[in-house]
Amino acid sequence: MLKDLITPQNANVFVGKLGDILEKAIDKPLGYAINWGRIWSLWPVHIETACCSVEFGAASSPRYDVERFGIIEAFGSLRQCDLVVVQGTITRKMAPRLRLVYDQMPEPKYVIAMGACAITGGLYFDSYNVLPGIDGVIPVDVYVPGCPPRPETLIQGCMLLQEKIKRMKARKFV
Amino acid sequence: MMSSESEKETIEKKPEDSKPFDDKTSEKPAPDKNPTATKPTVAKKLTPAKEEPELPAFEKGIADKIIENFGDKATISFVKPDRVGIKVGRDSVHDVAEFARDVLNYDHVDSVAGVDYPADKEIEVVYHLSSYTDPTLSRQILELATRAQREENPIPGNDATKLPSLRDIFYSVEFHEREVFEMLGVYFEGHPDNRRLLLPEDWADLPPLRKDFRNKGR
Amino acid sequence: MSSPTLPPGLAIQKADERIMTLNVGPQHPGSGHMRIIVQIDGDYIVACDPDPGYVHRGEEKMAEYRNYVLNIPHLERPVIHDSCNILYPYVLGAEELLGLEVTERAKYIRVIASELNRCVYTMYWLAIYGIFLGHSTMFMWPAGDRELLIDLLEKMTGARVTHSYFIPGGIRNDLPANFEDVCLRQVNYFEKRIKEYADVFYENPILISRTEKTGILTRENAIRLGTTGSVLRASGVDYDVRKKEPYDVYDELDFETNVMKSGDSYARSRIPWLDMMESCRIIRDALQKMPKSGSVRVKLKPNPKGALGSVYKRIESGRGALGCYIVSDKKPEPYRVKLSVPSFRNLIALPHLLIGEKLGNMPSTYWSLNYWPVEADR
Repeated sequence: MLKDLITPQNANVFVGKLGDILEKAIDKPLGYAINWGRIWSLWPVHIETACCSVEFGAASSPRYDVERFGIIEAFGSLRQCDLVVVQGTITRKMAPRLRLVYDQMPEPKYVIAMGACAITGGLYFDSYNVLPGIDGVIPVDVYVPGCPPRPETLIQGCMLLQEKIKRMKARKFV
Repeated sequence: MMSSESEKETIEKKPEDSKPFDDKTSEKPAPDKNPTATKPTVAKKLTPAKEEPELPAFEKGIADKIIENFGDKATISFVKPDRVGIKVGRDSVHDVAEFARDVLNYDHVDSVAGVDYPADKEIEVVYHLSSYTDPTLSRQILELATRAQREENPIPGNDATKLPSLRDIFYSVEFHEREVFEMLGVYFEGHPDNRRLLLPEDWADLPPLRKDFRNKGR
Repeated sequence: MSSPTLPPGLAIQKADERIMTLNVGPQHPGSGHMRIIVQIDGDYIVACDPDPGYVHRGEEKMAEYRNYVLNIPHLERPVIHDSCNILYPYVLGAEELLGLEVTERAKYIRVIASELNRCVYTMYWLAIYGIFLGHSTMFMWPAGDRELLIDLLEKMTGARVTHSYFIPGGIRNDLPANFEDVCLRQVNYFEKRIKEYADVFYENPILISRTEKTGILTRENAIRLGTTGSVLRASGVDYDVRKKEPYDVYDELDFETNVMKSGDSYARSRIPWLDMMESCRIIRDALQKMPKSGSVRVKLKPNPKGALGSVYKRIESGRGALGCYIVSDKKPEPYRVKLSVPSFRNLIALPHLLIGEKLGNMPSTYWSLNYWPVEADR
């Protein structure tokens, strides 16, 4: 008799409802905890492109100290990083390599476009070798304008990214 | 410009930014100046009319030595304080460069610039030579200019825009000549490695520094 | 097994049994976008092919579409923290072509700005040298101490970097009130601070063992390869454009050139530090000798046209001799602007030094050539 009760259709609905209950009970606090871990340890890739890299370096300096937000320049490989800060102009020669770098990073990964050149091509909009912005190559999360942006502006951009991550879904159900 | 009046008396080198710019320094093709003839007086709007200022003696000595040895194959474009400009044809640029290195003691090249003159159908390549070892030449720069023929539809490497390379005389031109090759399409014969340096590998357009290549929207 | 699908632009190449081609790619744990393709046999480098151009933005082509004053903001961006120095030869050349005369006070202020920029650049270069060697204190100390001088530059020009301060005819604006006292105090403190670097870096046994006797550039080769700046002076050639061909008021100021004879990476890393102390002397001297008042800028007509002809000017920047060749044809825009940058000139030394070197010495040799990738690519 129990076999008649549990038909394939019933089983599907049951499992689905169980998934909903689990999601409400565990996923939300777990997601909050996972996101909290992510936003306070964003490790950027070493990809000092052009001019803006000087202000990124200054942001890591003792005066502006972006390390207190957990953004340490990991001195190893990019396989352990989760943030790409595209600092400056991306040329046509560099664009496939940027895509390669982005593809090699593990999920979850975030992109900050720093500087006017990374957003729209900036001062070099009419040059023959410059991409008009990096949106065509990699998906961007936060745009930080400036030429170059002051280190405080970059820190504000990182905080905006943190707000964005808090709103994201922490885990994907397969 | 009171500094230029005192220049008449002294033939010593003065800092260049106070000397008024005069048209001894033209870059027009084949100025064909005879350095021993007197030049006509030119009235300048910045200075009162004065007689012909003397050419700086040391630089004139350098220019004269080159003209002595190469006769009519080399012409003098200008003789300014600390700068001497020589124009040669592409057949003799190798010999003049060797002379500059062995006899005049210029030992390296500061920069190699390519300039496109579509109106004359020529591309000019300018070498700036300088010296570290000779103390009398520490301020001097010798500007050696040659011209290559320019074609309307360039195929870089396979057309008539060729110049002899100076790499066997001055090793320091290696990367500079590669850059001139990719930016202007001038092939350097004798350079072991004429290939791209700065442009992307798949660049298929005109060489960028030519005048008929225009930037986006310009 | 089937061949893997590759991203576009890549191909598989059959390799030798012993020689391995290694790509120190545009993205590497150091800094700056430059690719070096090295071929190694075990631990020794047998061939080296530098591949610059990843930040080639076409500065020289863009300069042909803008007039002499509009060229200032983009021509200073190859080295944004040394921006006054990269504009200096361009501005001197434009002044000669436009027939302008610069006042004494403007010349002194230019010299002060140029020396401050030299120090700011050298400190950032030392900081990145720390990242290359894995010495994080060497990153933190210079990066923090240079902020003192950036404050001064911000007071003078309004911007931390990319000052756009030098224009044909002088400088953009005069110094603020009582700038001289503030400048003197900060430069004195800065000099005291950089003297302490001797303990942490230059007498550090690890740094000495990593950089001494590696990457030796002999005097003959330094001259033959046409290197410039600290690379040349570390190999025993006493050549500094500020002394040999003084521009603005350098012939009235009192300073010395530092020369070392060994030609190894240690000497190349030490010379810029010694040069910074000379810069502090120059700044103090210039502050004393500067005329206390006067105009600093020449009023230009709109769209000034350059005289017919060409100029070639050079100055000494933080990395070496920087030259600018301007050809003008009586239009408001220059016909051709060519920058002869020291990083590009020193690049020829890289394959020369790396061949025969161990792979582990590559980071310290490469960065000791005072190579700034953005400037070399222009």
